[in-house]
Formats: sequence, C-alpha cells, structure tokens
Amino acid sequence: MSTPATSFTDHYNFAYLDEQTKRMIRRAILKGIAIPGYQVPFAAREMPMPYGWGTGGVQVTAAVIGHSDTLKMIDQGSDDTTNAVALRNFFVQTTGVNTTTHTKGASLIQTRHRIPEEPLSEDQVLVYQVPIPEPLRFLEPRETETRKMHALEEYGLMHVKLYEDIARFGHIATTYAYPVLVNERYVMDPSPIPKFDNPKMHRMEALQLFGAGREKRIYAIPPHTDVVSLDFEDHPFTPQEFDQPCAICGAEHVYLDEVILDDQGSRMFVCSDSDYCEERRTEGHTGHLGTNPLDAPSNGTAKDNASSKEACK
Amino acid sequence: MASANLEFSLAKAPAPGLQNPVHEAQGIFRALMNALARPGKLQDLPELDLNPPAPLGKSTAAIALCLCDYDTPIWLDKELAAAKDVTTYLRFHTGASFTNNPMDAAFAFVSKPENMPPLSAFAKGTSEYPDRSTTIVLSVSSLSHGQTVKLSGPGIKKEQGFAATPLPPQFWREMQTNNELYPLGVDVLLAAEGTVAGLPRSTKITFQES
Ligand SMILES: [Zn+2]
Repeated sequence: MSTPATSFTDHYNFAYLDEQTKRMIRRAILKGIAIPGYQVPFAAREMPMPYGWGTGGVQVTAAVIGHSDTLKMIDQGSDDTTNAVALRNFFVQTTGVNTTTHTKGASLIQTRHRIPEEPLSEDQVLVYQVPIPEPLRFLEPRETETRKMHALEEYGLMHVKLYEDIARFGHIATTYAYPVLVNERYVMDPSPIPKFDNPKMHRMEALQLFGAGREKRIYAIPPHTDVVSLDFEDHPFTPQEFDQPCAICGAEHVYLDEVILDDQGSRMFVCSDSDYCEERRTEGHTGHLGTNPLDAPSNGTAKDNASSKEACK
Repeated sequence: MASANLEFSLAKAPAPGLQNPVHEAQGIFRALMNALARPGKLQDLPELDLNPPAPLGKSTAAIALCLCDYDTPIWLDKELAAAKDVTTYLRFHTGASFTNNPMDAAFAFVSKPENMPPLSAFAKGTSEYPDRSTTIVLSVSSLSHGQTVKLSGPGIKKEQGFAATPLPPQFWREMQTNNELYPLGVDVLLAAEGTVAGLPRSTKITFQES
C-alpha cells in the first residue's frame, strides 16, 4: 500500500475544479457515454501541471470522484512512477479520498499507457489519460476534415495506412494506440496503451472514460460495448505475445517490461502491472529468477530508476 | 423594521437548492452517469433535502441543479412553464435561460410525459456534432410498471427488461426511431422518486412477446 506523502487540505475546491467546470465536464461525459467512441469537445481548464502529465484524465477524474471513492493511479502499469505519485498526491490533497494500489480495491482508476491485468468489474470506472484523441490526425491535420470523416464514416484512409504497413513490413507495425472501432460506428484512439491491451476494452464490465486536456476532448466506452481493433481479413489483428513468463512471478499472457538490472546489461522481463505481479508473489507464485532483483536496496524499486522498455517480440 | 422586511423577502425567495452543492451534485452525477452507462438499470439518487415547487419533482429538480447552468438553455413542458415558482426556482439555482423552442434546448424537463411533444421535436445533434442534442428528463411515477420492453446495446450485457409509467402511447416507437438516427438522437433520463434510469440514443428497443 502506498502511504501518501501529502494529506488533504481544504484550501482547494473539492477535486480542485470549480463547480461550473465540473458541470461542463460532467455534461460532456454523459454525451460521450451516449455516443460511444465519439469525441465530445469540452472547454478544458488550465490545471496546475503540464499537459504531458495527463490534465485531461485529471479533469475527468475530478468531475467524477466523490468522498466514497477509492482511487488507484497508474502510469505504465506502475503505481510508483513520478507521474502516478504526483497525480495521486494531487487527489489526496484536493479530495482526501482513500487511495490504493490494488486494482480490486479501487472504485476509480486513472491510467496512462496500460489497462490492469486483473479484469475490472462493473462497479469500477477506468479513466485514461489521452495525449492525441484523434486517430485520424496523422492522416489529416485539419480538425474540420477529420470531423467530416467521422461524420461520414469515411475510414478508408485509416485502412490504407494500416495496409501500407503490411506492404512495407509484412504486418501492421502499429503497436501502441492501435485504432479501434467502437460500437460499429466510430474509429477511436485507445490512448497509447500497447495493442496487447486492446482486447481488454472489448465488452469490458467497467465504464471507460477518456480525457485529452490539450486537445479538449472527452470520450467514453460504456460497459459491454463492442471494441474491435481494425484489421483485414487476410491480416487479422494479433495482440503482442511474449515468449517467456514474468521472471519474478511466473505469470504468462501478461504484458512484460524489460528491466535492465546492472551496468553489464543483464536484464529481466517482468510484469508491467506491478500490483498484479505483487499479488501473485504474495500468493506464492515465483518466476525463474525467484525473488525480485530490484528489491535489493542498491537498485531502488521504482521503474523510473531502472531503464524499462517494452519487451514484445 | 428590518426583521420584518427580511421575513417578507425570504417568504418570496425561491425554495433552497442543494444543501451541500459540491458533494450532492457529485452524488447525483454518479447516479446519472451510471444510468446512461447501464441503460434501463435503476440508479438511486443520493438522499436530498430538496423541496422544489410543484409540479417540479424532487428527482427532476436534482438533475437540473446537477447539470444545468447558463450554458444550457432549458425547455419546460406546459405544466412546468406555467408555474411561476418553478421558473423562478430553476433560474435562481441554475442561471439557465429558458427557450420555447425544443430544438434549441440542451435540457428538456417534462412533468407530464403523457402530453409531451414527439421526440423528433427536440434537437438530435448534427452529423459532425451529434452531442449538440437535447437531453430529455421525464418525471415518471414508476420505473417498474407499464409496458415492458427489452433493451440492448452499449452498457447492456445481453438484454435488460424495462418499464416506466406514465409514457405517451407512441413513446417506444419513437425511441426506436430515435435509435435508428444513431449517432444522432436525443438521450432520455427518467426520474422517479429517489431513482433514475437512462435511455441513451444507443439503446435498441424491442417489444416483449405477450
Ligand atoms: Zn510478474
């Protein structure tokens, strides 16, 4: 469990935002839920943190969160990165709500770059931080044009781009922010999660909310909604697979990070979802490296300290 | 005397709004969010000490106070619009303006659903901005009695049975037509005593075999 470094202070509005701003964001969230995958414009506010830190997700969480929530804040699967700690402390300071690192114990989870391995339940809400909400943006820079393309369901360009990948690499090279079709209508950017996580969005029990601060967009996927990764009949979507289990908990079919252990370049592959890994080790599972080499005091424990990168093949 | 004047002005002042606007509005919103995220599933509103002027129902008032402000033109049905206390109350607590044209309404409040205009009278959004549509709030006496329909679509695992009353006889047909406009269309919230249910435009409606 994490011990908050900071505590609740009533110098702020509850969850920082003023009530008028929350109302506006709440209305946008309701529209987003009614039109799954459609990007609802909203008048984003300046937040006391830079854009790259997930101001969109923060504003969505701030509009949703209440006293009885238990908040989990994750970044790249970890509760302990600088980003996750800072945002968790922000909500501890401005709301006083309970926080947890346990996926199962959270009612509200804000995430950057991952979906927890533990399947989410119907009484949970998952909030994604989104840098670029428009999946067509790199094909068409003009907002007026991408709006038209969504309006007319003109997604041919997106398929052309994916097919160019196949022509060039023999497979679809996109591994992050892999576009999805939501409720058979809108092509949506799932945020920079690995495509490994895409199948988890499909008919998820939990409500999924997405906030993009700089681009001022909110979108949503209600529970049990069809979310299909774009692909082709002859080149079906394939999520990443790993050819080894987690080195310290032995989990298979989970997303692994490569962690550099020392200056000699020794490395290991471990669960990117640190809570999932810990839970498994608490239950007595071990991997081929036995205990976690990162638990040795000289190495520190935060993934920020070790150089970590994706380990998919 | 000053005290007499104060009593006089308080007697004319609108009934109080939310006791704890921050936390009560949050609680109401969560109920509405869950209502639209799980169409047809009843959601409890928080306990509120609200006494809005008749014929504005307590749950309907809670929804207005949670979501409306000067950015959201409100349309009221005949019965609500005719009640001076209701317009004063809503204007005072939300700052919203009123419109006579349902097409211009961000929110429409209906106290007598059996007399409501057709759903097609309200804004359904545009193909580029389907969110520029009316959210219709219907005051109903029951969210369990009435004609039972089957709901399916986003937010529903397989099927969800649903009934509410009173509703106009053509209501469910109109909701089917509304769904055919998807992603355009109106979204409907049904407010009963202490409870709400949502029918977003994404919900498909089929009639129960009888
Ligand atoms: Zn592990």
